[in-house]
Amino acid sequence: MDNGQLLVALGAVLFALGFAGLVLRRNVLVMLMCMELMLNGVTLCLVVFAQQAASTAATVLVFLVFVVAAAEIAIAVPIVLLLARHKHTLDLGAYTDLKG
Amino acid sequence: MSNLLTLIVVLPLAGFLLNGLAGNRLGKAFVSAVGCGLPALSFAAAVAAFRTLEATGEPIVDVVFRWALIGDSAFEVSFYLDRLSAVMTLIVTGVGSLIHVYSTGYMKDDASYARYFAYLNLFLFFMLSLVLGRSLLVLFVGWEGVGLASYLLIGFWFEDPAKAQAGKKAFITNRVGDAGFLLGMFLIYTAVGTLEMDRVNAAFMGPELPAVSASLVGILLFIGATGKSAQIPLHVWLPDAMAGPTPVSALIHAATMVTAGIYLVARLSGVYLHAPEASEVVAVIGILTAFFAATIAVVQTDIKKVLAYSTISQLGFMFLALGVGAYGVAVFHLYTHAFFKACLFLGAGSVIHALGGEQDIRRMGGLAKRIPVTFITFAVATAAIAGLPPLAGFFSKDEILWFAFASEAGGAPWLWALASLTALLTAFYMFRLLWLTFFGQPRMDAETAHHIHESPWSMTGILVVLAFLSTVGGFVSIPHFLEPMLPLPATDEHLHHFEVPLIVVAVLIGLAGLAAAAWLYGGDASRAARLGARFTGLHRLLSGKYYVDELYEAVLGRPLWWISDRIFLRLGDRALIDGTLHGLAGVARLGAAALARIQTGNLHLYVWLALIGIFALLWWSFGHV
Amino acid sequence: MSEPAMLNLVLFLPVLGMVMLLLVPRDAHGTVRGLALAVMLLQLALTVVLYQAFDPQVAGLQFETRLPWIADWGVYYHIGLDGLNVLLVLLTAFLGPLVVAGAFSAIDKDVKLFYAMVFLIQFAMLGTFVAQDLFLFYVFWETMLIPMFLIIGIWGGERRIYATLKFVLYTAFGSILMLAAVIYLVLSLQATSGITSFAFTDLYGSRLPLDIQVLLLGAFALSFAIKVPVVPFHTWLPDAHVEAPTAGSVILAGVLLKMGTYGFIKLGFPLFPDAARALTPAVMVLAVVSIVYGACLALVQDDIKKIIAYSSISHLGYVMLGLASFELIGIQGAIIQMVSHGLTAGGLFLMVGMIYERCHTRDLAAYGGLARILPVYSVFFMILTLAAIGLPTTSGFTGEFLVLLGAFDAAWPQYANGAATWPLVLACTAVLGVVLGALYMLRLAQKFLFGESRAPHAPLTDLNLREKLILVAIVAAVFVLGLFPDSFMQKTELAAREYQQQVLVEPESRWVRAAPDGGSP
Repeated sequence: MDNGQLLVALGAVLFALGFAGLVLRRNVLVMLMCMELMLNGVTLCLVVFAQQAASTAATVLVFLVFVVAAAEIAIAVPIVLLLARHKHTLDLGAYTDLKG
Repeated sequence: MSNLLTLIVVLPLAGFLLNGLAGNRLGKAFVSAVGCGLPALSFAAAVAAFRTLEATGEPIVDVVFRWALIGDSAFEVSFYLDRLSAVMTLIVTGVGSLIHVYSTGYMKDDASYARYFAYLNLFLFFMLSLVLGRSLLVLFVGWEGVGLASYLLIGFWFEDPAKAQAGKKAFITNRVGDAGFLLGMFLIYTAVGTLEMDRVNAAFMGPELPAVSASLVGILLFIGATGKSAQIPLHVWLPDAMAGPTPVSALIHAATMVTAGIYLVARLSGVYLHAPEASEVVAVIGILTAFFAATIAVVQTDIKKVLAYSTISQLGFMFLALGVGAYGVAVFHLYTHAFFKACLFLGAGSVIHALGGEQDIRRMGGLAKRIPVTFITFAVATAAIAGLPPLAGFFSKDEILWFAFASEAGGAPWLWALASLTALLTAFYMFRLLWLTFFGQPRMDAETAHHIHESPWSMTGILVVLAFLSTVGGFVSIPHFLEPMLPLPATDEHLHHFEVPLIVVAVLIGLAGLAAAAWLYGGDASRAARLGARFTGLHRLLSGKYYVDELYEAVLGRPLWWISDRIFLRLGDRALIDGTLHGLAGVARLGAAALARIQTGNLHLYVWLALIGIFALLWWSFGHV
Repeated sequence: MSEPAMLNLVLFLPVLGMVMLLLVPRDAHGTVRGLALAVMLLQLALTVVLYQAFDPQVAGLQFETRLPWIADWGVYYHIGLDGLNVLLVLLTAFLGPLVVAGAFSAIDKDVKLFYAMVFLIQFAMLGTFVAQDLFLFYVFWETMLIPMFLIIGIWGGERRIYATLKFVLYTAFGSILMLAAVIYLVLSLQATSGITSFAFTDLYGSRLPLDIQVLLLGAFALSFAIKVPVVPFHTWLPDAHVEAPTAGSVILAGVLLKMGTYGFIKLGFPLFPDAARALTPAVMVLAVVSIVYGACLALVQDDIKKIIAYSSISHLGYVMLGLASFELIGIQGAIIQMVSHGLTAGGLFLMVGMIYERCHTRDLAAYGGLARILPVYSVFFMILTLAAIGLPTTSGFTGEFLVLLGAFDAAWPQYANGAATWPLVLACTAVLGVVLGALYMLRLAQKFLFGESRAPHAPLTDLNLREKLILVAIVAAVFVLGLFPDSFMQKTELAAREYQQQVLVEPESRWVRAAPDGGSP
């Protein structure tokens, strides 16, 4: 097993951990962190593949993902903050206002 | 002057605009001056044009402007004066001007005086376009336009819903005829490539006939003529049209507009000469209309309704003449009829005026001494329509009877027999009218009787002029004058020895009608009532006008309404189309409601659903790649 | 100023107007109204100049502007006037000031937004007419929907939400199909000739197999038929008219409905000529059904606006009949009938608006004898009624007469040589439609103007100067078009002929664009 495979495996593990956290935990902040974890797993895989294919486009894409992730967190955290202030809890069960 | 024909047409239009736009502000004197002056000028121009025509012998053509040019088909607005249109123009402007003058007296106290004269001038404008138009298109403009003027004038006192309704009925019945007219016009255009009537005639008279059945063209145009000239089956509007002011009935619904159908057929005689089937239809419809209308007139009790049915009947006579190829004779009767029928209507107007609006002859009687001028003129006109020599009606009616009998272009003894019977009925109901109105005991209430007065000179003067014309008009031989362009049909040589006996019969018929009316209504008043009681069924049938209105209502009116309302609106629009749409919208709403149940607001559920979705997609794609 | 620039100015003047409206304070209603009217009048003046400069002897586009927009896809900002759109542009510009002035007293809620929406729809309508690029056309076509949606939805009557949703869903449904057809058409042009182009002229040359043409024409035709509207796609129209404010009804009847018929003559039939010929029977049947069905329904309505709405369906049936006759007279008649209907229906809706402002009801039963109470109003109403009936000397006659003559002229030879009887039957049925036309319009006039005088909220004041001026303009146009249609028809003749050629001439001899000059592979 070479480094590349190990790194992809690591990426997969990170994604799985993140996903598990996302579906099992009920704390919104933790779920947000788990999502970041998933994203990082995917990004790691992307980096590895970019390395293997020696593609500059993929490298650029990685940076793009970073930027998007940063922007996403910058919006998501204030939303959570506002929600928490409104509901006085971080428990997901309280956030069912969008019920159809 | 080169634009004389345009001037004839435009002068009344100017009158309409002046009176319509400014009449109310400028006062009655101004309205009368414009309203009567411009038609009179138009008459003068018509006389001048007629003299030019006679001097040169060539038809006058006056091109006004090009209405449309599409590809190689040009539609021009141009006027055309030959002997036929000259006769019509003189009748229209002449009788028209007289009736305008009469109206200044009759409508003196009406609040809408200016509106009345505006409409009347508008009518003249359209009528002159009709008779002077060279192209069928211009004729059609006039044709529809006189319909409009008639609509507006029938419903002149529009506050009365029945009167407005009568106007609408006239317009719509005419529209049915117009649809036939349009089809005939289209057919001519398709076959000949022009709508100019002199060219159409030339095309049908030429060596190569157009590739279209002349009879089909003839019948389609005749449908239009039945509408405007109130022939069976479109005659129902004319009696109702009596709702308009009486001078209007005289001008539009007796002397001029209703004769437009006669003019149309005479104008396109080139087509009808090659259309024996169409001519036969014209003759049969004409004689049937003449007969049935005369039978209805016998029992009518409204003075104007009697005259209305008499008009329908006389128009039937004219169509009979057209149908047997005697176009000039039809125009002759049109010309004499314009005088005596206008005189009768205006006389009736004078009677109604004297009685303060009363129209029922059962409440008249004994008026001869109270309004002598009206009586004498009315009597002259009655004798004229009954065909007593030497009055105008005698000459024209006699010629119609002769050609109905002997013409080789469709004449037949049965046509003559029915026409003579109709002439007898005509004489009878006209003298009945005369007797009931002017002789016997007064039957009006004392208040009305007290107010009876002879009409002002503006009215009686016109009556005298028209009575004079009804007397001498027959000595102008219109058929002879028109013969160069409308040759009379050949008559059967073997029948020529009948000519003098037939004249004698015709005179006897007139006198018989007079005698019968005098016997029934002159002496014992109860004779007529007893007679009516003996034939109750017949009397009811005639009083009900053969129930044609009711028939149309049941066969056309109500089904149309029912289909529109029940089938189209309720079933089609609401149930089928909107129902389908609302159904679709309902399905969409139900589906949305079902899907909304998954929308629990629980994020974990969404994640699981997304996961399932991803796996399902992966599974599907593995299976298909 | 060069003329192409002027056409652009005419097109973008409403946008300029919207920008200027932004600068006016929200409550300055008088300024807003004055500004809107001034912009519209300026637009009309410029359009008249353009119309005068339009040369009837020149075939094809005039005052053309063609700029790359999305050049890679072959999309161009391509506008120009030709014989088919020049009268409609003039009509749109003519009705603009009347719509604005007509709404002066009727709209007092969100005045600024209202006029902004009127400007937007004016822009979109003009754009749809002058666009010569299918992409651009589609953009303008869809843009029209939004302001109309808002005009009905915000300033409409009680059931405005229902009406406006119905209107939008109907039209959007048609538009989606048209979009699919547009994409397919462009891709197939690309596949066969290597040109990527949305230009009308390029697309006219594409020759698709008949079955594909029928499908694509079906998609286009559905979209256009909904707009016209042709029975049975018409039920949005009465609701939209009834609920719309007067200005909305006038725009809808005056111009928007012509989008459908214009679409047929400019795109639907010439793009797919073989399919057009194959589907002519269906189109003509639907046209005649519309004439009769619309007239019958107008006969049984009691809401004045609904009567006029259903009469629109009937009148546009005549337009469709003329277009589908492929006879020069019929086509010319159809174009005149479009303009005429814009004038008469637009005018009648304005008049219904005027009486509604006074009496607050559109129920026919509430009225009677207005000829006595409102004489001036009644004269105008009568004239417009008669124009709608198609009385000679009015514009309605010019249109109807030529359409019927064209239809008959096309049908008779087929009957005479034994080829087909149905066109003649249809033409004759359409002629009988004129009787129904008189029936429902006179019923309206009868109950409305004649009989005993009664009206809610009497005593009423007759028309004021502003209203009189609006109506005088319309009535004058009605008579000009009725008496002197020649110069108008000269401007459209070449284009009408070209349309006829495009559809009728067999593909072998049809003109095909020789070389691409803009599209990229």
